[in-house]
Amino acid sequence: MSSETLWYANRATGAVCLVLFTVVVLLGIAVRLRTRLPGLPRFGTVNLHRTLSLSATAFLALHIAVAVIDGYVNITVLDAVVPFVSDYQPLWLGLGTVALDLLLAVLITSLLRERIGHRTWRAVHWLAYASWPIALIHGIGIGTDTGTDWMTWLTVSCVATVVAAFAIRAAHSARAARRTPAALLRTAEGAHS
Amino acid sequence: MTTTTTFTDVYMSPRLLAPGGTAADLATHELRYGPLSYGDPDGLLRTVAESGLTGRGGAAFPTYRKLVAVADASRRTGRAPVVVANGAEGEPASRKDKTLLRLSPHLVLDGLQLAARAVGAGEAHLAVEDGASYLESALSQRNDPLDVKVIRLPKRFLSGQASALAQYVSGNAPLPRHQHPPVRERGVRKAPTLVQNVETLAHLALVARYGADWFRSAGTPNQPGSTLCTLHVPGREVRVVEAPFGLPLDRLLPLQGMSAVLVGGYHGTWISATEAAQRTLDAGNLGAGVLAALPTTRCGVAETARVLRYLALQSAGQCGPCLNGLPRIASAFRTLATPGPQFNTRQDVARWSGLIEGRGACHHPDGTVRLVRSALTTFATELDAHARGLCTATDPTPLLPIPNEAH
Amino acid sequence: MEQQQIDIDWTSCQGHGLCAELLPDHITLDEWGYPLVDGSPIPPRTLKRARKAAADCPALALKLTPAS
Repeated sequence: MSSETLWYANRATGAVCLVLFTVVVLLGIAVRLRTRLPGLPRFGTVNLHRTLSLSATAFLALHIAVAVIDGYVNITVLDAVVPFVSDYQPLWLGLGTVALDLLLAVLITSLLRERIGHRTWRAVHWLAYASWPIALIHGIGIGTDTGTDWMTWLTVSCVATVVAAFAIRAAHSARAARRTPAALLRTAEGAHS
Repeated sequence: MTTTTTFTDVYMSPRLLAPGGTAADLATHELRYGPLSYGDPDGLLRTVAESGLTGRGGAAFPTYRKLVAVADASRRTGRAPVVVANGAEGEPASRKDKTLLRLSPHLVLDGLQLAARAVGAGEAHLAVEDGASYLESALSQRNDPLDVKVIRLPKRFLSGQASALAQYVSGNAPLPRHQHPPVRERGVRKAPTLVQNVETLAHLALVARYGADWFRSAGTPNQPGSTLCTLHVPGREVRVVEAPFGLPLDRLLPLQGMSAVLVGGYHGTWISATEAAQRTLDAGNLGAGVLAALPTTRCGVAETARVLRYLALQSAGQCGPCLNGLPRIASAFRTLATPGPQFNTRQDVARWSGLIEGRGACHHPDGTVRLVRSALTTFATELDAHARGLCTATDPTPLLPIPNEAH
Repeated sequence: MEQQQIDIDWTSCQGHGLCAELLPDHITLDEWGYPLVDGSPIPPRTLKRARKAAADCPALALKLTPAS
């Protein structure tokens, strides 16, 4: 397999990862907001989030493998897990490594979810909100396709949807925090008068 | 702080409360009761079992079984237990624990040391509401084997709930936790924890001194011993008295001119005055030991509405059914308390009560439902009158104490 | 294997409702979206779905405990 093929494969899998992980984040927020996806039962949303995250991880593994195998630039297996030590583009590649490390923490804790308890699991799962933008910046910084129309369009769409979904989620949290016994009592008494 | 009168020898020769209404210092305490000898833990457990002592915090759980359960949990987990004396008394209408701690702190502190010895505890705490600075001075007079830390709680109804209390002692917010595993297995900092009401500990201190037979010389064979009650009679000062189980209620409260009696506290039950005249002091329903008489001139539905509003505001707000149900029930009861069209309010209250019962981390919804159902039964006539636009009450003066009440 | 029953940690439950979908014979939702559990032990053929409900609960609020 020529180096050029591997390089195209790396860029392609990178773009697929962007799309897949964006959808995974959106689905995760959908679960949290108790959104019902059309045609799916509630456990369908959770299952889809979980299944897609595993598919996205598979593509990510491919993306990393291809980069390591390709001899044109020097990227070692170590560079995939230890950030900022690579010969090739240490900063941008390093960010990708950080995103992977965070993702691995999220993945492993999710597989051991019932054993580690909800509080610990949730604390680590929040790292996903860090992993996604870091991976995005990695892609923009290191990406050969940065600046092309299609990549710009793709990136803007992904960022827009995640930002919008996150804003809804933050609003939901704020509303839930305001639902105190005193607030509910006021609502109930207002309705009865 | 409003004063509380104690009448110590009206119903029986006093056991827990120092005569004369003055606090007993250590010297007076030892003169009155004799010295405390610990004996061996197994011997004490046997005596407690024979005495039939039950908890005075509201649940009336056999004290012996609680002590054994904590000791067992400790053996199984290999962790030394923690003992917490519960003087939180979150029930606004109850003053017995505060009074006991003020007048006979050393009985409580004796009991705390005994309980700690019985379960093999390595840590002891005394939980009280804010104030009560005399406790530190009482502790400084003593020479206890185990140091006692005084913990001061925020003034909330649920502060004395066992798991909330264990959380607060652990350094977290005083919110009830899921009861699996229970506090006696995993409480303060994950150690098996004995949470015992201060009055129970005071009785324990006397049982250790005088034995099971002595304890059983008051009360009934099924419900031995005495108990502290807080009596609310309009027109009189609030009184804390000590009385034996089995004593007829009409000897504690004047029932002429009264329509109903609240037994137990804000998680208790309303019973009609006629029924109260036939009942006795019973651990099964005495709860926090509150007995409040409602005159015929006052509206029991309105009083209940005030209490329900308080209970709704005091929800920890963690559990969906409680958070959603209690405010709705409280607001609906306000409607029931107002003469005029009632629409489906009674059915709504019944439905919500059925929905919240047993569906929470603690018994706050259950206790509230108990009060609601007893009110719907005992005040059925008043409710019917209200539906027709009338109220039989002539005096709107609030009767029961509600902290921070908005009007 | 002793019988299992459903135990809800009410301080964690947020009313997602997955459990009611997976165990419709044992759980329905109240008017606020919270689970109404019938309290009977889980029959062996439903046990697998009950374990899935416990694993999938987004709040990890549903657990299986030995039936009392």
